[in-house]
This record gives sequence, structure tokens and C-alpha cells, in this order.
Amino acid sequence: MKKENIDIRISGTTLSIDEAYQSVLHEGCGGNCLFVGTVRNQNKGESVTHLDFDTYDTMAEKEMNKIALQCFDKFEIERIAIHHRKGYVGIKDIAVIISVSSGHRDASFQACRYAIDTLKDTVPIWKKEHLEDGSYWVGARP
Amino acid sequence: MVIKCFGIARDIFKSDEVVVDDSSINTVADLRLCLNEMNEQLSTVKSYFIAVNQEYAEDDQQIRNVDEIAIIPPVSGG
Repeated sequence: MKKENIDIRISGTTLSIDEAYQSVLHEGCGGNCLFVGTVRNQNKGESVTHLDFDTYDTMAEKEMNKIALQCFDKFEIERIAIHHRKGYVGIKDIAVIISVSSGHRDASFQACRYAIDTLKDTVPIWKKEHLEDGSYWVGARP
Repeated sequence: MVIKCFGIARDIFKSDEVVVDDSSINTVADLRLCLNEMNEQLSTVKSYFIAVNQEYAEDDQQIRNVDEIAIIPPVSGG
């Protein structure tokens, strides 16, 4: 597995689905799977106005790289891109993109799922949800 | 010893860094005790990890002044 087959980014500006897609395209691959996470306008019945992502950039990139390497170990994939936003993210804006290419579709589907599930568990990124009447850090309180 | 703060920890300490007296801190567990005493709000957080040099650390891990240390509240990316 070559280093250029992993594309990790944490960005303060709008994420591009096309860039994440182009980043994994490979002549030997017939399957490309993208997961795109966007910001919802509500959570548990409350209106959400926007999110703020706090990130520990250096550690987050390390953890995202670990996830990419695990995907290469577990699934027959060719390339993977993991792009995450930081800072202010508005409703319907993209928070995260996982993009994977593989010879056949099964590996891409599985790796995509594994990568987003693991990212949510391990990568040091924090989401502050802003409501019409306040804000809170998601998952921080019992 | 300087500790980086993120997410809810940044709000609790009202800063992106907190300085602790490291004379009695040898391990991650010692640091946790010290931090919880400094600001009891931290103990209302569901749970938190300590990262040492950008890796999740166990409570018995030794820490030194030169290490990069951070409070990692429950993550919520994606």
C-alpha cells in the first residue's frame, strides 16, 4: 500500500465531493463508494442552526490515517480519502466525506462503512450543536 | 506542565491550554486527579481520555514535562 493511496484532510473551508472522488479514482477499480455526512436542521426535536467543529488537527490526522490503514488490512481496496470539516458548518453543508475505490463494489461499501463508524468513535473532533436557544457539545454530558 | 484543552474542556477551563503544577504528577492517573480538583466541572463530563504525544494513553502511563498532553472529551466527529 503506497502513501499516495491515502488522502487525509481537515479543512476550514467547504469540502468538495468531486475532489474526494477524483482523489481515489484508479484505472484498476470498478467500484467507487462515497459517504457524505451533512448537517441536519434538527436533533431530538430541537431546531439546529449550525455546528461548530473543534479539532485536534495533528492527532485527528494520525487517527484518520490509522483508520485508512485498517481499511487496507481488512478490505481489498485501492485508495481511500477521508476529508473532515472544522469550524463553522451550516445546515446542509458537508461535515465529512469518505471516498473509497476498489476492484469490485463489496470492498468499497464495507470500507466506507467501517471508516465512518470508526471515525465517529476514535478521531479527536468535537461537534458543538447550536440551537435557536443555546448550544452544547454533543455527547459530552451523561 | 501545559495541557491542551478541546471541546467541552476548552469551555470548562475557558482556555485552549491549562497549566498544572507537575511536582506530584508522574502518571496519567495523577494528572486526572489534579485536573478534577482544579475544576470540578470536569468531573461532570461523561468521560474523558488523556492523549500523550497525540496517542490515547492509559491511566498508568508515565508522563513528563516534554510530552504533548491533551484532554480528550467524548469525541463527536462525522
